[in-house]
Parts: sequence; structure tokens; C-alpha cells
Amino acid sequence: MAYSEQEILSGLAEIVNEIVGVPTSDVQTDKSFTDDLDVDSLSMVEVAMAAQDKFGVTIPDEEIKNLKTVGDAVSFIAKNS
Amino acid sequence: MTTSPVVVTGLGATTPVGGDVAATWSALLAGQSGVVTLTQDWAAELPVRIAAPVAVDPSEVLDRVEARRLDRSGQFALIAAREAWADAGAVDVDPERLAVVVASGIGGVHTLLSNYDLLKEKGPRRVSPLAIPMLMPNGPAASVALEVSARGGVHTPVSACSSGAEAMAYGLNLIRSGRVDVVIAGGTEAAIHPLPMAAFANMMALSKRNDEPQRASRPYDKARDGFVLGEGAGIVVMETAERAARRGARIYAEVAGAGLTSDAHHIAQPDPAGTGATRAMRDAIADAGLRPGQIAHINAHATSTPQGDVAEALAIRNALGDATPGAAVSATKSMTGHLLGAAGAVEGIAAILALHHRLAPPTINLDDPDDEVGLDVVRDEPRALPEGGIAALNNSFGFGGHNVAVALRSYG
Repeated sequence: MAYSEQEILSGLAEIVNEIVGVPTSDVQTDKSFTDDLDVDSLSMVEVAMAAQDKFGVTIPDEEIKNLKTVGDAVSFIAKNS
Repeated sequence: MTTSPVVVTGLGATTPVGGDVAATWSALLAGQSGVVTLTQDWAAELPVRIAAPVAVDPSEVLDRVEARRLDRSGQFALIAAREAWADAGAVDVDPERLAVVVASGIGGVHTLLSNYDLLKEKGPRRVSPLAIPMLMPNGPAASVALEVSARGGVHTPVSACSSGAEAMAYGLNLIRSGRVDVVIAGGTEAAIHPLPMAAFANMMALSKRNDEPQRASRPYDKARDGFVLGEGAGIVVMETAERAARRGARIYAEVAGAGLTSDAHHIAQPDPAGTGATRAMRDAIADAGLRPGQIAHINAHATSTPQGDVAEALAIRNALGDATPGAAVSATKSMTGHLLGAAGAVEGIAAILALHHRLAPPTINLDDPDDEVGLDVVRDEPRALPEGGIAALNNSFGFGGHNVAVALRSYG
């Protein structure tokens, strides 16, 4: 099932809020997970796993390191879900 | 090397009888038991369905995101360390002169087993990337070091049920060696989970008094039938007396000496002759420059097992000799249950407060004392301790044949 980019962004915002506690409104496409949102490399794996569940997409390990910004993740999920 | 005495200036705890030190101490003085019937579904099939969970769940204290990155044992340690650090006041120490020694008997067993459940049920991709830092036994110590920016070393002694006392001994020797000026020391444990509960029950180590949870932990009583598993953490801040005096800190007591020995007798049974325990106590007394006659109080290990309590009692009588009647003995596990790797730290705090307030906490459920004990056990009500310079021992022994005695001296 296809999700709109807006749906993916708000879904990711909920995930990031759940895992590291930053407000959902801070989770914007131009934000870097590590530099802006306090998501370290371990938490990034958690974000990816939660995104897999939420959007029914497979995010391979080697892809996780390419998801630098929230926008990168939104695009990947939009393309692959 | 430093020759200044090492003193305790901060205390923190979360225990089955209280969410902090003040609540824990008043519950101990009031003789309140923290043992309850476990109501979780998993407990229904167990032979032992009683335990002593913390009085205040960490979810009520910690931020949700902070809590989810820590094993339950790490949560307890952080809560107790924050209290101890705040209680010590403005410590103002160079981070490279500050060390952390937080022990655990078992480590992050909740994290280990819940991730194993995920592995089996949902596959390897579902194992948390945080599982290792959460389950490693040094995880709580490292979390405390992150909290206070301690860069003088992080250590985790692991010696089963003597771990918490060994942490205090380690801290004492770190400061004496001159390597650091301040140590945050203690122990934490969170093992109320069906697997350790079943394993301890199968060792015949736990009380099976399921119908009377608050009566189950009964050290020195003829009807004792094992210990009650507890959970929680105890943390102290230790520093040189010179430093504490300079900054005008409140000093609870001096950590005066320690003795650490091993039995080489059996992996889990106590040596019935208690010789290793006797040596630990004698070593602690000598290390502190004390005489047995100065020991006015003992917080005994006394877990409420048939063999352990009498072996320790014999060891105390052998260590103190003619001075045995002068020591008021308290078995606070009668109220808290047995906190395993946190026991030595929580009971160390109880002994420190006993010296500070000149008041030994009671031992509850001692209805019919075992004739083999031969100690002056403080029963039912707290007992006043003498004025003047007095000392106490805190005993902790562990599976593996570990014996740790910490000698404490009243200050001021």
C-alpha cells in the first residue's frame, strides 16, 4: 500500500518521538537524524525497525547509513513501500 | 596514597520498602516488610510466588525515553545515584578524579531474556540494538558515570550477593590509593523475573511461604526456610574526610576498612565452619585499626536460609570472641528481602545510618530464635546504640564463596 509523503513524515515523527523523545513538530524533512534529532546510530536502527513495521517496507542494514535526513527516509519509504 | 580517612557524604537508594533513603530508613525502623504476592501471570506456575519489588516503580521517577534505554537494573542505579549525588551537595570534583563503582550480581537479565523472547518469536532483526549496552553488568555503572561525567574510571565488581559490599570496599581502596578523590559506589539488581525465580527456587534457596509473604523472610528464626528475592539499588558518595571537611559537607560515617576473602569450599553452599567469613570480619576490623570490642553494631548478611544464618552467626562469634555480646545485630533482609548484588550496598547504607542516628534497625519475624545463633539480635523494635566513638560491620557473602566485611566508624 502506498503512503503519501505527508503520512510517512508524520509516521516517522511519531516513531522518533517514541524512541528519543523529541517533539513530533521538530521532525521535518531537512533535519539530520544524528545532528538535529538526537538519534544516535543505535537508535537509528530502532527507528528503521519501527518504520519497517509501520509502513511494511524492508530497510536493509546497508541502507540505514544512507538515511541521513528525515527527507532521505521519507523518500526511501515512499519509493519502496 | 592518602592517609586521610574516607567518609560517606551522600546516600541514595530505591528499595522494596522505600523509593528513597528517607522512606527506606523510616520503613526499616518501623519494621515494615516489602514482600508481596506476585500477581503477574508468569508467577502463577512458579513454586515461589512471593518477592520484594521496589516500593516505587522506576517508571514513576524516570523520563520515559531515558527509561527505555536502560535495563531495570540500570534504572534503579540511576535513580539511587542521582539521589546520592544531590545529597552530597556541591562535590565540585575534577572529572578525572571522580570514579564510579556500581556492582551487580546478575546484570541486565530482564533485557537479556526479553530480547531472547523477541529473537524466538519475531526473528533476529527484532533484537534491540540497545540490548548489549543494556544487559552488560557494567551498564548501570557506565550510565551513572555518564550522568555525572566521571572520567576517573568505571568499575563493576561481580561477586554474586557480596557485589554491593565489594563495590564499597573497591571505592575505599581507590581513594586510599590516591588515584581518585571521590567515588560513587554501590550496587543494583533487578532479577524478579520467572527464570531467576525458578532457578533460585530449584536451588532450594527461596522461602516457599507463599501464603504469608510478609512473614517469609525470617532470619535466625527456627522456622526460616530460605530467602525472599528483592530488587533495588543503593549508592553512596565517598571522599576523603579532609576534602569533605574543606567543603563543609555533612559526613554520615567513615568507611574505615574492608576484608575480602574466599571459601574455596563449594560453588553455592556456605562453609559451615564460616572460616572465610571470620577472616573477612577480622581483616576488616584490623584494616580499620579497630578492636572487636569497638563493634557496637552488625548489619548481618542473614538471608533467612537454614544453613547460611547459622554459619554466619558462628563466624561472627569467632571473629568477635568475647566481644560478641557487645554487638547489636540487625538482619534487615527480614524486611527488604535479598537484593543480591544490591544487598551489600543497601545494607551498608542501613549500617551507616545506624551509626549516624545511633539507632539499630529491628529484625522482624524472629518469633522463635534458633538456639545455634548465639548473637544479640535486635528484635521487633529499633535499639539505641552507645554514644561516643563506635563502629559497625556490614557483612555480605555470595555464591562462589565470596566473603566481604566492611568496617564503618561513627564520625564526629
